[in-house]
Amino acid sequence: MLATSRNFEANARAGLANDNLQRALGLARTGFPVRRRLAVERLPEFEELREAGRAIKDHTLAHLDFYLELYESNVAAAGGKVHWARTPEEARAAVLQICRSVGAKTVTKGKSMVAEEVGLNEFLEASGITPVETDLGEYIIQLRHEPPSHIIAPAIHLMKEQVAETFRAEHRALDPARSLAEPRQMCDEARATLRPRFLAADAGITGANFLVAETGSSIIVTNEGNGDLTQTLPKVHIVVTSIEKVVPSFEDAATLLRLLARSATGQEFSSYTTISTGPRRPGDLDGPEQYHVILLDNGRSRLLGTEFQDMLRCIRCAACLNHCPVYAAVGGHAYGWVYPGPMGAVLTPSLIGVEEARHLPNASTFCGRCESVCPVKIPLPKMMRHWREREFVKKLNPPVYRSVLSLWAWVTRRPTLYHALAELAARALGWVGRYRGRFRSLPLANGWTAVRDMPAPEGRSFHSLWAERHR
Amino acid sequence: MRVALFVTCLVDLFRPTIGFAAGKLLEQAGCMVEVPRAQTCCGQPAYNSGDRADAKAIALQVFDAFAGYDHVIAPSGSCAGMIRVHYPELFADDPVNLPRAQELAARTWELVSFLVDICRAETVTANYDREVTYHDACSGLRELGVKLQPRRLLASVTGLRLKELPGAEVCCGFGGTFCVKYPEISDKMVTDKATDIAATGAETILAGDLGCLLNISGKLARQGRRIEVRHVAEVLAGMTEQVPPIGAPR
Repeated sequence: MLATSRNFEANARAGLANDNLQRALGLARTGFPVRRRLAVERLPEFEELREAGRAIKDHTLAHLDFYLELYESNVAAAGGKVHWARTPEEARAAVLQICRSVGAKTVTKGKSMVAEEVGLNEFLEASGITPVETDLGEYIIQLRHEPPSHIIAPAIHLMKEQVAETFRAEHRALDPARSLAEPRQMCDEARATLRPRFLAADAGITGANFLVAETGSSIIVTNEGNGDLTQTLPKVHIVVTSIEKVVPSFEDAATLLRLLARSATGQEFSSYTTISTGPRRPGDLDGPEQYHVILLDNGRSRLLGTEFQDMLRCIRCAACLNHCPVYAAVGGHAYGWVYPGPMGAVLTPSLIGVEEARHLPNASTFCGRCESVCPVKIPLPKMMRHWREREFVKKLNPPVYRSVLSLWAWVTRRPTLYHALAELAARALGWVGRYRGRFRSLPLANGWTAVRDMPAPEGRSFHSLWAERHR
Repeated sequence: MRVALFVTCLVDLFRPTIGFAAGKLLEQAGCMVEVPRAQTCCGQPAYNSGDRADAKAIALQVFDAFAGYDHVIAPSGSCAGMIRVHYPELFADDPVNLPRAQELAARTWELVSFLVDICRAETVTANYDREVTYHDACSGLRELGVKLQPRRLLASVTGLRLKELPGAEVCCGFGGTFCVKYPEISDKMVTDKATDIAATGAETILAGDLGCLLNISGKLARQGRRIEVRHVAEVLAGMTEQVPPIGAPR
């Protein structure tokens, strides 16, 4: 997927000015956080579960090579094949080669953020293969030729009226008299359209929420059952996923699944949790004839041993997006690539470069709400700060900002000068603002006064007054 | 107890009353209060801008300024959190200075939580006949666990009625340099906050961090709303008569 993260500021302005987006985000702002809170309150051991989840992921990352090789050998033992992909190019080529080997014309797809990351749909289309998204949200945005704006609710930026318009424009067989006023009716419409596509697909592509090393299994969770149809009906099942999804055992996966659903949607468990281990065995009633796993690295292994390693614990629940006031203000498209919100602000610079994604870790108030809800306790603000440190070293910040910061730090390290300047500023600003008590505009402070008044100082600095009273 | 008041740079420049209110509350709690002259800022602007070298240099100055006191108290969760939580992180790879950072961190507190958790204050002597609402500033809330302490002391203020703010734990959009680096996003956040505050019908909004209060006051004023904005310490110290609310005419 082509990144526009560089244009974060313009993207954010567009999001703020988009009325439909703001209405949609307004609905989401309370929905997800409230449901998560209720689910957490019902589980007294949730904090212990977070600690257990963190420990499972830390252990796996410390021995990632071991568990990946164990996973690969168990996939092979079950009759499947792992394809290692260092780059998006290698991942796309592996998928294409598998599709061509069976003469695939159409492929159905379950939701996969890694497939978005490698730009799979555009590539398959350009190669003469038609991809059909089957997750309702993904299907809607595929019809609209839009990227996802959220990692578990890809069409969350849309109001239901917009979805109805999209169906009317794209579904040619749709009777104009048929009502699409309610979500249920739109769901039925999508289901009726997708059902023959499921049956006709030559290959099914899904992502994976977890890969189980001890059995070579992949696990997906969905609430629509579309993943099951995608991976069991066609001749070939291709799992497109990334290396940090591996966990040692089913026991570990079960712990993380308990965290995932509660953190994501406030469910105790997702409606469908589907486990795939290799292709159809002799005597099985259904299942694919071939089972392939594309394991993407794309820069992830480079994070091991760095200050960003903890990011690889992420289980893609989206709790950080759902609780982020910046995400809630601008929406997911502003971030300009596959992963938005706090997890995207840390992951995106890792995967596409901090030069392209420089704004993302800066566009945070460090309010810390993301870290407080993260099911695997990723210190997201701390890692955003680490990106700012790399940007500072690379001199990516605007020169004016660096100069002001440097001058401020110089003065701050000279208390006598600092106190004199503080007293001067307090007196001057206090005098000018003495009647109104605030300023509607101030030289050099336009970033502040463009959107809010600046309260005036009382007129003297604390240290001057204290010195006078304690002579 | 001999305590040092870390005034914070914003209080020093904008609102010295908060510093005097903090001093008064600490003395009422039985502390001997001093204000080291060598203090300026905690260095958070440098730290959060990725400038570790300047942040460390400023932190070393803070170590020296506050050496020897039993406790260091700031009327700000953000600045206290910088010292308590972030100084040890800043010096994590510096074995010479890490012990100093940890030692200072262990005796640095946000004002109201220090009064309640360490001094065991249960009441204050103050009068404020208003309906107020309270915003939980992010750093104090999530880095230091400041939540119930201000409410407990506010409950003892004569005449004060607390009406809880929906979304009290959601950031107001200040975020230090964030508010001027991304003014449109900050605007959206503080507009939502101001709208929530107005919807409570409260006459006064209180919080424990001046940065948030300047932001909230500025937005309420720009929206033409007549809601008073004050630091919680002013109310707890009974000093509201001495100075008009933040951003209000004298």
